[in-house]
Amino acid sequence: MKLTLEVWRQKDANSAGKMQRYEAAGISPDMSFLEMLDLVNSRLIEAGQEPIAFDHDCREGICGSCGLVINGVAHGTRKATTTCQLHMREFKDGDTIYIEPFRAKAFPVLKDLVVDRSGFDRIQQAGGYVSINTGSAPDANAVPIGKEEADIAFTAAACIGCGACVAQCKNASAMLFVSAKLSHYAHLPQGQPERMRRTRDMVDAMDAEGFGNCTNQYECEAVCPKEIPARFIAEMNRDYVKAAITEA
Amino acid sequence: MTLDSKIPSGPIAQKWEKHRFEMKLVNPANKRKFKVIVVGSGLAGGSAASTLAELGYDVDCFCFQDSPRRAHSIAAQGGINAAKNYQNDGDSVHRLFYDTVKGGDFRSREANVYRLAEVSRNIIDQCVAQGVPFAREYGGTLANRSFGGAQVSRTFYAKGQTGQQLLLGCYAGLNRQIAAGKVRMHPRTEMLDLVVVDGLARGIIVRDLVSGRIERYAAHAVVLATGGYSPVFFLSTNAKGCNVTATFRAYKRGAYFANPCYTQIHPTCIPQSGEYQSKLTLMSESLRNDGRVWVPKAAADKRAPGQIPESERDYFLERKYPSFGNLAPRDIASRSAKEACDEGRGVGEFGRGVYLDFKDAIDRLGRDAIAERYGNLFDMYERITDENPYQTPMRIYPAPHYTMGGLWVDYNLMSTIPGLHVIGEANFSDHGANRLGASALMQGLADGYFVLPYTIGHYFATHAPGPVSTDHPEFVRVEAEVSERVKALLSIGGKRSPDSFHMELGRIMWEECGMARNKQGLERALQKIPALREEFYKNLAVPGSGSELNATLENAGRVADYFDFAELMCIDALHREESCGGHFREEHQTKDGEALRNDDDFAYVAAWQFEGEGKRPRLNKEDLTFENVALAVRSYK
Repeated sequence: MKLTLEVWRQKDANSAGKMQRYEAAGISPDMSFLEMLDLVNSRLIEAGQEPIAFDHDCREGICGSCGLVINGVAHGTRKATTTCQLHMREFKDGDTIYIEPFRAKAFPVLKDLVVDRSGFDRIQQAGGYVSINTGSAPDANAVPIGKEEADIAFTAAACIGCGACVAQCKNASAMLFVSAKLSHYAHLPQGQPERMRRTRDMVDAMDAEGFGNCTNQYECEAVCPKEIPARFIAEMNRDYVKAAITEA
Repeated sequence: MTLDSKIPSGPIAQKWEKHRFEMKLVNPANKRKFKVIVVGSGLAGGSAASTLAELGYDVDCFCFQDSPRRAHSIAAQGGINAAKNYQNDGDSVHRLFYDTVKGGDFRSREANVYRLAEVSRNIIDQCVAQGVPFAREYGGTLANRSFGGAQVSRTFYAKGQTGQQLLLGCYAGLNRQIAAGKVRMHPRTEMLDLVVVDGLARGIIVRDLVSGRIERYAAHAVVLATGGYSPVFFLSTNAKGCNVTATFRAYKRGAYFANPCYTQIHPTCIPQSGEYQSKLTLMSESLRNDGRVWVPKAAADKRAPGQIPESERDYFLERKYPSFGNLAPRDIASRSAKEACDEGRGVGEFGRGVYLDFKDAIDRLGRDAIAERYGNLFDMYERITDENPYQTPMRIYPAPHYTMGGLWVDYNLMSTIPGLHVIGEANFSDHGANRLGASALMQGLADGYFVLPYTIGHYFATHAPGPVSTDHPEFVRVEAEVSERVKALLSIGGKRSPDSFHMELGRIMWEECGMARNKQGLERALQKIPALREEFYKNLAVPGSGSELNATLENAGRVADYFDFAELMCIDALHREESCGGHFREEHQTKDGEALRNDDDFAYVAAWQFEGEGKRPRLNKEDLTFENVALAVRSYK
C-alpha cells in the first residue's frame, strides 16, 4: 500500500508544532500501525532526518504506552484496540492518515507524538491503593469474594492507563480513568476501609491536574481499548457526594 | 575469586528460617540513614522499592518508561504459582520446589528454589490484600489452573492479564510510598552505568530521557531489577524497550554474568508474518490446558486444517509425552514444534507453525466457557492474524521469551560486587536452564517482597557502608565515560539505523544460538558478530542531539551493549558441551532427540568475569549439588 501521512511534529514542550506530510510507500496490510511508523522512521534516519517520536513499549496492548489520535479518533476507529494492535489492513491504498498526539491541557506534548501523562501517576499517588504493608496480609482465602463482584472489580481494573479517554473527551476529562481506579477497589472488601477518603482525594487530585469534567457524551467509553464502561463514573460521583458529607 | 553462594547449613526446609534469624538487623531508627537505589519498577523492582520504603529505608527508584506501571511485567498473561494446595490435589512447598528444580533441568540452586516455594504462599496473601482481582469461584474462593510442567493446579490468575493485575498491586504500594515521600520515583530515566567506590556498589549514572542530561546518583546499596535480555534476538515477546544495558554495564564493572546461554523459547507465540515485524506476540501457555497441539502427519500437506481428518493428524505432544501431553514444559514443547516444522510438517504461509486447536474443548465445555477463560487472548489473536480461533485452529510457533541467565547472585541476592543486589529476571538463580510457566511472576515478587528486604539489612549491618558523595572522583570518571559513549554514538554519521543492525544481529543469534545450537554455528556467530559490530561503529546513523528526547540514541546505546553481550552468550553456549533445558546442543542428544545432560562435567553455574575490552572473559564455576532432588534424567513421558 502507498499512504500519505499528516503527522504532528513539535520539537519540544516549549516550541510550536505543526502538521507535516510524509509519503509512506511499500506498506503491508499485515503491519501494525507502529510497524508502519517504524518503517517511515528508519527511512527518515537513513536520510539523516529526525524520526517521528512516539511512545510505545509492549506492542501487545497492555502496557498503555502507545497512544495516537488517528484520523481524529484516539487509537483509531477499530473498537477495543490500542494503537499497537491496530493493523494496516484497516486502511486502504492511497489513504491519507492524520496522526496527532493525545491532546489535553493536563497532557503537555514533550515531543512530536509523545505526551506527559504523569498526571495519572499523581492521581493514583493521592489514594489509589489499599494501605497494607508487606507481610501483614491474612490468608488469601480468608475473605471470600463472590465471583460477580470480583468480576466487576476486574472489569474496572483492566484499565491500562493509556489516556485515550482524556484525548477523546471534548472536556479532556479523566473521569473514566479515575472512576475505573476507584471502582476496582470499591467492589472489593479490601477497598472498603479507605473508600470515601480515596474517592475524595483522587477526585481532588484529578481536578488539581487540570482535567475537565464529564458531560455525558461517552466518547471515553467508545474509544477505551479495554472497554471500561462509563457507568463507573456514576459510581464515582455517588461516592464523591457521600465522601463530601462523611469526610468533611 | 571463589564463588561463595552463602547457602546456609542445615536441612533444606530450615535454611531460610535459620538464615533469617542469623542475619544481622538494622535498628529501625537507623534505616532511614541508608539510601537504596532500585533500578526497574516491574514486579521485582516495584515490590522491593515499596517494601524497603515501608521498612524505613530512603529509596530512589528508576524506570525508563513514562510510568512505573508500564514495566514489562505488565505483559505476563497466564498466572503465578503458589504452593497453597487450595485444590487439595497434593501440592506442597516440597512439590513446588521439586517441580521447579526438575523443570529447570537440574541447573538451579536448590536452596534458592526451596525458599522461593516457601514464600510463594505469602505472595498470594499479599496480593489479595492489596486488591488484586484474581479469578474466583462462585463461592468466593480463589480459582486455580494447571500450567506446563506440573500435574497439580497451583496457578492463580486474572484472566489473561495476571501480570498487569499483579503489577498494578505492586505499583499501588509504590505510589503509597511515593506519596509518603519515602520513594523518589524517576520515570523516563535510564541507567547507563554503575559506580563502584572502594569495591562497593555506590551509585549509578543515568540519562534523563526527556532533557538528555547525564546525572549521578549515590546510595549505600544498588538494586538491579532490570529484567531479561531476550531482545538480543531482536524478535522476541519482550517489550521494545527491554534491554541488557544495566546488567551488562554492571558486568563490565565486575559483577559476574551467569549462564547467559540459558534462554527460554516459549512454545505458544503467533508465528512471524513478515520481514518488517517488530515483535512476536505470546499467547499464554494456559491455552495448552484446553488446546491440543498438532500438525499433519504428512509433510507439505497444504489442506486447510478442517479438511484434515483425525487419522491424518499428529498430536505430537500427546504422542511423545503421554503423561504430560500438551502440558509438557516449555523447552520440550518448543523443540518438538521445531522438529515437526523441520520435517516439513509445519503449517501456515512460511511453514513455521503448528496448530493449537480448541475444537474439542469448545465441543466439551461450550464456546462461552472457553471465551470466559481465554476471551481476551482469542481477541488479540484475531486482531493480529485476522483469523478467528473459535472457528479455525490457532497457528503458533516458539519465540524468544524469558532469559534464565543473569547476573550471578549469592543466597542473599548479592552479586560479586558487594552492595550490588540483583533481583527478578535480571539474576540467574531460581530457574536453572528452563523456567516453568507462572514462575517468573512468583520469583519477581518473592525477591522484592520477601527476600531482599531482609538480606539487604544484613549487608548494611555487616558492611556498614559510609557516606559517599557524587563528587567523588569515581563518579566524575564514570560520568565522563558515559558522556563519551553517548557522544561517540551521535558522531558516527553513517547511513544505517540502530534497528537495522539490531535485526541483523538478531538473525545471527536466532540462527546460531537459538532453539538448537552446535559448535560450527556458534563459532560462525563469533566471527559474524564482531564484523557486524565493526560496521555498526562505522556506519550508524543517529540524527538529533543528546540534549533532547532522542529515541534513536536510546536504541543505539542498547544495541551497542547487545553486540558485546551476544558474544558472551555464544561463548557460554559454546563452552557448555551438553544439552539442558533451553540450551540444546545438537551434538548432545539421545537417539530419540531428547536433551542429553552431562552432570559429570557441567553440573555447575558458569559465572563469567569481564577481563577487559577485547579479552576473553574468565570462567568461574559454582558447583551445584543436589541433596534433596536426586539428579535424574528429566522425563515427562
